[in-house]
Amino acid sequence: MSGYFTELFTGTKSLAIGLGITIKAFFQPVVTLQYPYETLEMKPRFRGHIQLTQDEETGESKCIVCGMCQKACPTGCITVAGKKPEGSKKKALTRYILNFTTCSLCGQCVESCKPNAIEFSKDYNLASFDKNDFIFDLLKRLKEKS
Amino acid sequence: MNPIPEVLRLVIYLTCLILFAALNAAYLVWVERKGAGHIQRRIGPKEVGPFGLLQPLADGIKLMTKQLFLPAGVDPVLFKVAPILLLVPAVMSFVTIPFSETLVARDINLGLLMIFAFASVNVLGVLIGGWASNNKYAVISAARAVSQNVAYEIPMLITVITMVMVTQTMNLNEIVMQQPNIFKWYVFRFTASPLMPVAFLIFFICSLAETNRAPFDLAEAESELIAGAYTEYPGMGFGVFFMGEYANIVIGCAVTTILFLGGWQCPFGLAPGWWWFLAKLYLLIWTVVWIRWTYPRVQFYALLNLSWKVLIPISLVNLLLTGAMIKVF
Repeated sequence: MSGYFTELFTGTKSLAIGLGITIKAFFQPVVTLQYPYETLEMKPRFRGHIQLTQDEETGESKCIVCGMCQKACPTGCITVAGKKPEGSKKKALTRYILNFTTCSLCGQCVESCKPNAIEFSKDYNLASFDKNDFIFDLLKRLKEKS
Repeated sequence: MNPIPEVLRLVIYLTCLILFAALNAAYLVWVERKGAGHIQRRIGPKEVGPFGLLQPLADGIKLMTKQLFLPAGVDPVLFKVAPILLLVPAVMSFVTIPFSETLVARDINLGLLMIFAFASVNVLGVLIGGWASNNKYAVISAARAVSQNVAYEIPMLITVITMVMVTQTMNLNEIVMQQPNIFKWYVFRFTASPLMPVAFLIFFICSLAETNRAPFDLAEAESELIAGAYTEYPGMGFGVFFMGEYANIVIGCAVTTILFLGGWQCPFGLAPGWWWFLAKLYLLIWTVVWIRWTYPRVQFYALLNLSWKVLIPISLVNLLLTGAMIKVF
């Protein structure tokens, strides 16, 4: 019989504690992000698809068309092409295609790049009905950005 | 002689009461969703209108535009009668609820008895709906609803008997008149019985169980029984069930307010008026919502244990104690 009443009191007490927790949560600020209207700033180490970095002096790509990224890529999703402009010693980039459908974001290309010409972007709103939308022309992107 | 003809009075009250029930059903859903949202630290409805205030309208339009489909194998008559059987008793009960001293559709001497008579009918709505649906989940739900209602009707009615012994009347308006200030509210009327606050709690818990509200919503247990007795109901069939359920919650809270919290009487002589009734009513309804989003659904035997092992013995003790107090003092 004594167990009956202790159970009754502890039970009632725990119910009251539960109500206290929910009412506290009720008056706390909401934590949901209203996604299409608000977006999160991605953290520095977030891995989006790769993009070309910009040379701060020239505004062009830092790429020297060595082709290391193309070789390093395990799925072969990078295609690089370049040619020597007349009167110049270095090759200049003419085409940088990333086939993002096969990219696994492993980062081998970024690792292998000596002049730091590629980096991870912070794009994550990637959705499309067309597979061709994921074949990115990174050089065109760089020009659009600058 | 009454300045307003009786027929007109009837029509006005009927329209207002149905409107009150419908508006409550619509906006309690909004309150429920907003409350659930904020308790879980979300926002809740926000897209339709400012603060999502037009959400009930959008939901209503959605329900009304749906086809009233009759699934194969259902009992066509009972299937259609069931939602009405749930809604009509709830709306009927509003007739005796005194919103203020004069604002009451019918000031019946046996108002309390009438409300409980109608409250017992609403379980029939769930039972018939579940039975007619020809769906195993609906039948399980109906069985649960009935056994739950049987179990909780007992402590509730014992508490009501206790209250009637104290108040000496079943007229709701007279019961309210007996509680002119906060110290004379029946929750705090320790001269009648020292267990009055407990009686209030028992009554409130039972009204939660009677209206199939969480944590006692075993009849509609959506995670186990889909939507229980309402599973097969399309569009407005479900809408009427839903309205009936919310109207029942309003009735349950209104009766609790009248019996224990002084109805339309103001607590300290502050601005007396009908709004006190609504304030207390909505405070209780908010508590119902708050409870729903706090506690998980109980298991079925725990539900029955609570009734038979806790609520019934305690309400019986309260009954005896009150009887003794009346005899002695």
